[in-house]
Formats: sequence, structure tokens, C-alpha cells
Amino acid sequence: MNDSFQLADELLASRLILGSGGVPSMQVLDEVLAASQTAMCTVAMRRAHPGTHGSILDVLERRGVRVLPNTAGCRTAHEAVRTAQLAREALGTNWVKLEVVADDRTLLPDPFELLEAAEALVAQGFVVLPYTNDDPVLARRLQQAGCAAVMPLGSPIGTGLGIGNPDNIAMIVSEARVPVILDAGIGTASDAALAMELGCDAVLLASAITRAQHPAQMAAAMAAAVSAGRLARGAGRIPKRHHARASSPTEGMPVL
Amino acid sequence: MQLTINGDPHTVAAQLTLAELIDRHRSAGNTSPGGRGSAAAVDGEVVPRAEWSTFAVRDGQAIEILTAVQGG
Repeated sequence: MNDSFQLADELLASRLILGSGGVPSMQVLDEVLAASQTAMCTVAMRRAHPGTHGSILDVLERRGVRVLPNTAGCRTAHEAVRTAQLAREALGTNWVKLEVVADDRTLLPDPFELLEAAEALVAQGFVVLPYTNDDPVLARRLQQAGCAAVMPLGSPIGTGLGIGNPDNIAMIVSEARVPVILDAGIGTASDAALAMELGCDAVLLASAITRAQHPAQMAAAMAAAVSAGRLARGAGRIPKRHHARASSPTEGMPVL
Repeated sequence: MQLTINGDPHTVAAQLTLAELIDRHRSAGNTSPGGRGSAAAVDGEVVPRAEWSTFAVRDGQAIEILTAVQGG
């Protein structure tokens, strides 16, 4: 079950959003897009080198996958706004995955620059999808600023540590009036399933697939995990309890 | 005139539009002149594609020509 979900003015056919970072080749990217059945994939904006052949845009277009430019590498609101403007010019989309990170070691979002950039971009008509900390208050502020979703991290980018603070993710979900997309930190399929079980609307991941030993196989696993987690969330899990509760009848026991 | 293009110094003929400059710099396949996939900033200001063919580049300017690559 990979049911579609509404993000801004678009109905996306998959709740698994891919990042293309770290993919070893365009061939592998193509395989991963197919196996994941994703509907949207991120790209970064970088200096164009003369004589480069082939473009990631061709691969995405062939698969009918929507392109989502990001502002990866930006450290200030100023840089991020400029990068978003350039991406809009280059790609003809006003959607942007807003990333404003504090330093290379943690790649954690800088909350002050992030919020400033989000406010500026919303004012300029962008559909802003901010990569944010797992901080419910910051998520609330980003929503108030007019962001079309909030995308809290599970753990720092590329770490594969999974969801470090599921209670915070659940709190963000419980308060959200826009879609919540778990972004960053996913290591394996169970992490993606947990994100959906916590009530996230979608999962965005890159390294977990692109740097796996077998990327296409992991892409298929992630698609299944997102579906499974979504189903389980809807099914309503049993409450956790500290003592056992028999599942077999306690009536009608013979005396032996 | 002297320009900085994507961080590197370049000497080019005077009387050049941004469209001509990007055409020279084009990376076949991922940027095509006037086509999708590329964007330019001059001295930090984004120049909309519609203005490329009339935008006269001036001596000393710093030009960034960007395209979409894998990332994120």
C-alpha cells in the first residue's frame, strides 16, 4: 500500500521521497527510482562544468519523477534564498527542499537561519519544505511561517542512526497541520517503517539506499517498509503493557 | 575584459551578452542555452533566463553558472 498523499497543490503517488545524493551512477539511480516507485527526487544546484555529458534531469524525466531542488551546503538564509531562486530559474519549479546547516561535522539545521530563509521564500511564493531539527517548537514556527510541510530529522544526515527521538517526532506529528516528512538518518527499512508508525506522512531518504551494498534491493525494501508502517499506523497498534496478557482463552482449562 | 566564471578567471572579448557567455560555457547534455537545467547569477544577483540575451556582461563581474546535480 503506497497510497498517494497531498503535498501543497500536488498529489504524490508515493510516500517515499528519494534523495539522489551518493548515488554511484545514473544507471543505479535509474534502478533505484524504478524499485522505489518514488514520485519525487531531490537534486542539488552546483557549478556547471563544461563538457559534462548527461544530466540527472534526463533520468528523472524518463521515469516521470518530479524534481525537488534543495539548498544543500548553504549556511546562511541569504545563500539558501539565492540558491532557491537559481533552482527555480533552472528547473521551473517553485518547490524547494530548504536546508540551512550549521556546520560540516553535524550537518544539523541552523534554526535561526532556517526560519529566516523559510519566511523569505514563502513571501516570494515558494513551496517551502524545510529540513528541520526534531524540535516541536521549531516545527510549529516553520508551519506558522507558511511552510508546506515540516521535515524533521531522525538523526544527522548520512549517519544511518535511525530515529533518535521518536517521542519528539510523535509530538511534531500530533501538532502538525501540514504533512510531516521524516528526513535524514534512516539506516534501514525498520527505521522507515517506524517513521510511518509514528504518524509521519512520508519519508525522505538518500544514503540508506544510494550507499547500500545493493541499492535497488534496499529501494524495494524501503518502499515495502513505508507501506507496512503506514498500514500499521492505520491499523491502530495495541497499547504497550508491562505484564503479559494471555492470547489463548483462560476459560475452559481442564484439571489434569 | 576580465571575468570570474564559476570561481576561475577568464579573459573574454568585450561586448558579450550573458546568453553568449553561457553558450560558450555550456556543458553539453546538462545545460543547453536557453534550455532548462541551468541558472546564472552575476555578482550574486540571479539573472532570469528571459534577460540573458539582453544582459551585457561587464568587466570585472563574477558569474556563477549552475546546474542540477545529484544531491540531497
